[in-house]
Amino acid sequence: MDSSNVPEFTPKHGVPPRLRDYFTGASPFQRQLASVRKQTPFGQTPSRRKIPQCSPLQENIDPQKIAFLLHKQWTLYTLTPMYGFSYTNLKQYSTLLKCFLAAEKQKGLAVEMGEDFNFKVTFSTLSGIKGTHRDPAAFLVQIVSKSQLSSKNTEDKVVWTGWFCSVHGDSLLENVPDDFTCLPLFLANGAESNTALIGTWFQKTFDCRFTRLTISAFSLSWMAAMWTSCNLEHYGTATELLWSVPCSPQSLDISYAINPEDAKALWDSVHQTPEEITQEEVDLFIDCLCSHFHRHFRINLSATRLVCVSTSVASAHTDGKIKILCSKYLIGVLAFLTELAIFQIE
Amino acid sequence: MSTREADLSPVIPIIQTNPLAWKMRQITSGFVPLNWKYGQNDKEELEYAEYNESEALCRALEHIRMVKEKGSVEERHLRTVEDIAWKSGLAPEDIDTLLDVVLSGPFAEAVKNRMLKCLIPATLIPESAVVRAFSRLCASNCSNNTKVLFCRWLIAMFDFIDGKEDMNSLYGFFFSFLQEETMSCYICNLLYLLTKRENVKPFRVRKLLELQSKVGMQPYLQALLSLYKSFCPNLITISLPPKRKFYFKTTDSIWQAAVYIVKERNHKSLLPSVKLTIGTAYSHPRKKKWNSGCIIPVPTSSHISKEEQDKEGGSSSLDVMLSGHKSFPLEQLHTFSQLLDNIQNIELPSQMCSVLKSAPLLHYLNCIQDETVWLRLYYWMSQELKEGCTWCKVSNYTSEEEFRKFLDIIISAQCFLQEGFPSSEAFLYKSLPLWDGVSCRAEYLQLLSWIPLGNFSEIKPLLCDSLTQLFFTSSIYHKCSVLYSLKQLLQNWLLWHAMEVSVKPTRSTSADTPMIALNSVSELISYVGWLSTIALRLESNSSFLLHFILDFFETVSDMYLNYNLPLVMMFPRGVFYPALLTSDTIALNHLCYIMYRYRVNLTAAKENELIRQERLKFNKTYQEFNEYVTALVDCLWTSTSFEKDHYLYIDPQILEKTKIREYKRSLNLINHPALLPYSIYFLLQGWPAEKELSLSSIQEHLEDLIISRQSSAIWILHRTSSTTVASTFDKCMSPCCMS
Repeated sequence: MDSSNVPEFTPKHGVPPRLRDYFTGASPFQRQLASVRKQTPFGQTPSRRKIPQCSPLQENIDPQKIAFLLHKQWTLYTLTPMYGFSYTNLKQYSTLLKCFLAAEKQKGLAVEMGEDFNFKVTFSTLSGIKGTHRDPAAFLVQIVSKSQLSSKNTEDKVVWTGWFCSVHGDSLLENVPDDFTCLPLFLANGAESNTALIGTWFQKTFDCRFTRLTISAFSLSWMAAMWTSCNLEHYGTATELLWSVPCSPQSLDISYAINPEDAKALWDSVHQTPEEITQEEVDLFIDCLCSHFHRHFRINLSATRLVCVSTSVASAHTDGKIKILCSKYLIGVLAFLTELAIFQIE
Repeated sequence: MSTREADLSPVIPIIQTNPLAWKMRQITSGFVPLNWKYGQNDKEELEYAEYNESEALCRALEHIRMVKEKGSVEERHLRTVEDIAWKSGLAPEDIDTLLDVVLSGPFAEAVKNRMLKCLIPATLIPESAVVRAFSRLCASNCSNNTKVLFCRWLIAMFDFIDGKEDMNSLYGFFFSFLQEETMSCYICNLLYLLTKRENVKPFRVRKLLELQSKVGMQPYLQALLSLYKSFCPNLITISLPPKRKFYFKTTDSIWQAAVYIVKERNHKSLLPSVKLTIGTAYSHPRKKKWNSGCIIPVPTSSHISKEEQDKEGGSSSLDVMLSGHKSFPLEQLHTFSQLLDNIQNIELPSQMCSVLKSAPLLHYLNCIQDETVWLRLYYWMSQELKEGCTWCKVSNYTSEEEFRKFLDIIISAQCFLQEGFPSSEAFLYKSLPLWDGVSCRAEYLQLLSWIPLGNFSEIKPLLCDSLTQLFFTSSIYHKCSVLYSLKQLLQNWLLWHAMEVSVKPTRSTSADTPMIALNSVSELISYVGWLSTIALRLESNSSFLLHFILDFFETVSDMYLNYNLPLVMMFPRGVFYPALLTSDTIALNHLCYIMYRYRVNLTAAKENELIRQERLKFNKTYQEFNEYVTALVDCLWTSTSFEKDHYLYIDPQILEKTKIREYKRSLNLINHPALLPYSIYFLLQGWPAEKELSLSSIQEHLEDLIISRQSSAIWILHRTSSTTVASTFDKCMSPCCMS
């Protein structure tokens, strides 16, 4: 064992440091405490945010990889900082994860490290997906099933994909020492059983914790406003909001679709401060939509719950599912999701 | 498997003829000695046998040793050995002899097996005997049956072997027996008991995997493989199916029975039980979602060791062989002594949360200086608490029962460490406004008592606003439990402070921390004083509630002497007067005791430097105390409390209207509603014959009364045996003043 590995004992001091020494001393814990005590019950979200912008860093990304991330439905998770994760070991992680998956799938049979299976696990970095240079690099994990035919023409089939990222995650970052890697947002696409296995492995290996990230109606209304405010050359789909009426036995959903140009026009009339969106503007925007609906159908939407927002930029569901449609605002969408994820972790 | 050797004593006492033992032997037909008539012998013969035991054994062994030809062993001698072995067990040297003879002598297989079966140790089995026997077993051409039986015997008696080092050096030989199909099950079991980290080698792993591909999923193989995995997670991985509990057959019930009887008799000297670790990891129901809350994993070593991380992946197997990797697997850490022996070689678990259930690991955490450890725990626990919290409804994965159990685990870990986790503090602040005051009340309020000592003005807005609302709107029982937790909180703070002061006595006067402690404690006490005053009014001075309030202030009254905190704070009038005018004897008694402790503390505090410096502030405390003492004496002793210029002054005209005769005296020692039963009892005891008694007649016998109340409630009075009552009061209740 390395000498650096041996924990330090301090017999001279007589009394080991207590937890509260970390807590009150000048250490990350102190900052943690400050942030804990700053927060009101379950926190307050900022009342103003920046309009999503194109990130200059985004240009570094391989457009093929971006295309891979778009138009897929991702299930959102939050992830506490990973302990002991290192970008230099990705290859080793893929071996370990592969063997773990193999052992789990054939429960009870032991598996030697480095054995070959009919699937492989790849780890790769997504270099451009970050808000600032301080954000750690995002990375992608894929399970690829090898085709039985050995011919090179048949493509390997991607069975499961998940990626970890942090965009403008500075607020979390400043509380955390170097041993931790902060990628608070995890997006998965593929069978839930695979997500469970891979999540378990990450939790075991890097002492982190996955939690489903659900999006509140409040955050959805922010998304509706932010994504409407984006400038697009052409709009792919209609802006659609889904409201859920709580009634038994089955809940009733009200779909509210608007021409995206109209939505943008409404937003422009509401929006005042350049480069920034305020809470009042968001409320006003949603209120306008609701009162318009009320005028026509005599249904008061404010008594129902917003469950889904889809625009040409992205679509999000309150369950924590998201589909990103527009590469230009990828970073902007991720930044907001990162903010929500950090909020849930802290 | 686990029922076997797990917690056996290595020492078998002499086995007396015990009916239970006999019964067991009879039931298990396979092992019954041929002459089981012996057990039914009459007493005389039995005594005779015992008398000659060692001699007979000696002779029989001698005979057996001399046997040169197959089949010439005399049944008589064989029986003697069997009987003695089952009755008293064999001494180490006899086991050595017998083993040697059995495996080298020219006996028929049946005879060999009979002899092997009766190898029951009286005390210990010498390791050298085992090693010698094993080498004979390898060299001679014993039948498989004999080999199997020897293995089974080794497994059953493993804990009685006096050393394992030499046996371990034969690991490779034991391992080679795996190839024999009939034996592999027992060999696996034996290897499971014998394996150390350095025995786990890549070629052995490969051999086992080969065997696995031949025999398929066999539980005994899985057990051994998972042990290998726990030693070298980078060579092999296996995931055990959830339901299985036993991995090895336990067929040797007769030995077990013998061993069981021994254990029964020998309660005192049981070894700390070493649990098998496989299987336990999966003991919780796996039906739950993978990331649902409140699951605490068992400690497992990290999959990726630090050295490996530094290297570029791959080719790790050779490194494992070469590196002097000595870390101690957490799966095997169960006792404090194991921790002490291996403290330099312990790796932190891969998931920090697993320490919560392991006492040795909590000890370990307590003595290492590594902030990341706490941070890892912090992140996990905050998420887990948030996920599990039933009233916040983040998710519905956990039931209230599960959450309660989870909180219990956290609380017991906090009690163990004697400090609260930051994450549970944060959780408390965040979830309190949403709490209904009912779910998990006992557990939740216990979290409250572990809030770390900090600046109370910071804590107050987070804690007190919601707590106050809940407190005033809920039942009396809720109020009492909140007050109880606040008392615990105060005690914890005082203890921390006392420890801090004793650790750094020199710096304490200059540093900030004692001042923070002082302010926080005094703010907490005034907060509780305020709560108590209002609660007493709301609950119309319920004596149950009063009891909890006085309990709190009992701690407060003794702060200076017990916890070395230069602070004495009086309780508010809203607590003092209800306690003084109560009809509950216990409350009045409690009050007097608290006043007595206040006096002792205040007198001692006069000498304190810090209090001298801040005389102005403390003068107020002395004044308050004096006021209370005066009121107490006025009321109980001099009966002047209703007079002008006294605190309880009431217009005489109003008092006249109550039509109480001698209202002035109605609250004194004799007539006080809380003490009235004792006065009457005193009269009945002293003058049992009298038909008519008047309370006023006690006045003359006051001294007797006080002495007779030794067993009763008046604490202040029974503290002293002074002859005059007046001096009693003087001594205990004289006002204090600041010099």
